[in-house]
Amino acid sequence: MSDIRPDDDTLSVLSAPIDPDTLARLHARLVRDAEANGLVDVAYTTIDSPVGKLLLAATPKGLVRVAYANEDHDRVLETLAQKISPRVLRAPRRLDDAAREIDEYFDRRRKAFDLPLDLSLSHGFRQLVQRHLPEIGYGQTRSYRQVAELVGNPKAVRAVGTACATNPLPVVVPCHRVLRADGALGGYIGGLDAKTTLLNLEAAA
Amino acid sequence: MKQAFEKVVARHGTTVLRVCRALLGVHDADDAWSETFLSAMRAYPDLPDTANVEAWLVTIARRKAIDVHRAAKRTPLTIEALPEAPTNLGIPGADDTNLWDAVAKLPDKQRQAITFRYLAGMSHAEIAAILGGTVDAARRAAADGLNNLRKNYPGAHPKGASS
Repeated sequence: MSDIRPDDDTLSVLSAPIDPDTLARLHARLVRDAEANGLVDVAYTTIDSPVGKLLLAATPKGLVRVAYANEDHDRVLETLAQKISPRVLRAPRRLDDAAREIDEYFDRRRKAFDLPLDLSLSHGFRQLVQRHLPEIGYGQTRSYRQVAELVGNPKAVRAVGTACATNPLPVVVPCHRVLRADGALGGYIGGLDAKTTLLNLEAAA
Repeated sequence: MKQAFEKVVARHGTTVLRVCRALLGVHDADDAWSETFLSAMRAYPDLPDTANVEAWLVTIARRKAIDVHRAAKRTPLTIEALPEAPTNLGIPGADDTNLWDAVAKLPDKQRQAITFRYLAGMSHAEIAAILGGTVDAARRAAADGLNNLRKNYPGAHPKGASS
């Protein structure tokens, strides 16, 4: 290699290894620049919790999605890209408040969330139900039928079930507090283990 | 179907950085990389779903790199710190270490022309803009480089692959 001149050796530059730190630094700069230019339509991060890794995503309006690992976070991001905007970046700072409140919740130091929410992933009756779910207080439960009555549509028991099953903001919008009339768990987007964990957590507090 | 932009950065960030480094050197490559992805993120929603994302990014990177060159009126490829010799790590799309060794032995102009043409996919006019000289000279340098490679590197067997 003695004939390589260091002045302009394109190939050395090309083949120099690119370490992960460099890319992490560039990514952080991109997030900063993109935020400053108002280009981050969806910011997301992931956090660890007693119910596994949770993905948190926010639009400028507020928290738009909480997703369990069993929902497949890559697929969740694809769906966000399709339904909201493909300008999706891992930008944890926008999720700082949400992450902190969720941590406090799992530490039993928080009984209600006061985060701005963006409910634009659900519509109509489902969104109506999801708006009312926070009225079920910490540590309490309601049946699907009671929730149907709560939203003024007592016959819509199955539709309430669907609204709970498609809740884009589990944990924060407490669909885990809705059970079947006979006390059975019903379904849960994060799996029945997660639902049990949340109910036990709130019962023990 | 369009992916989240984060996945685009994760998948193509390294290649774009290599292209920027090839065009500008290590020091200015970071700026070009940042400009490239910022500009790409702005335009991303309008990119057709069928587009080749990497080719699109390389096109933007080339344009950004040429902007930097023009703005600075600099001599091409002046860089601050250099590794001693080529490594065999991570040349995009190639584990043909022998081939890159052969490229490394080409005369300067030919080597640069080959790299710009075949790694960064630049046109001869764009290469001329960076190397100086005419478009014809850039075309000749790339063609001569290719002929030299054909002479010195007849088979494209990657190093370590037993035949």
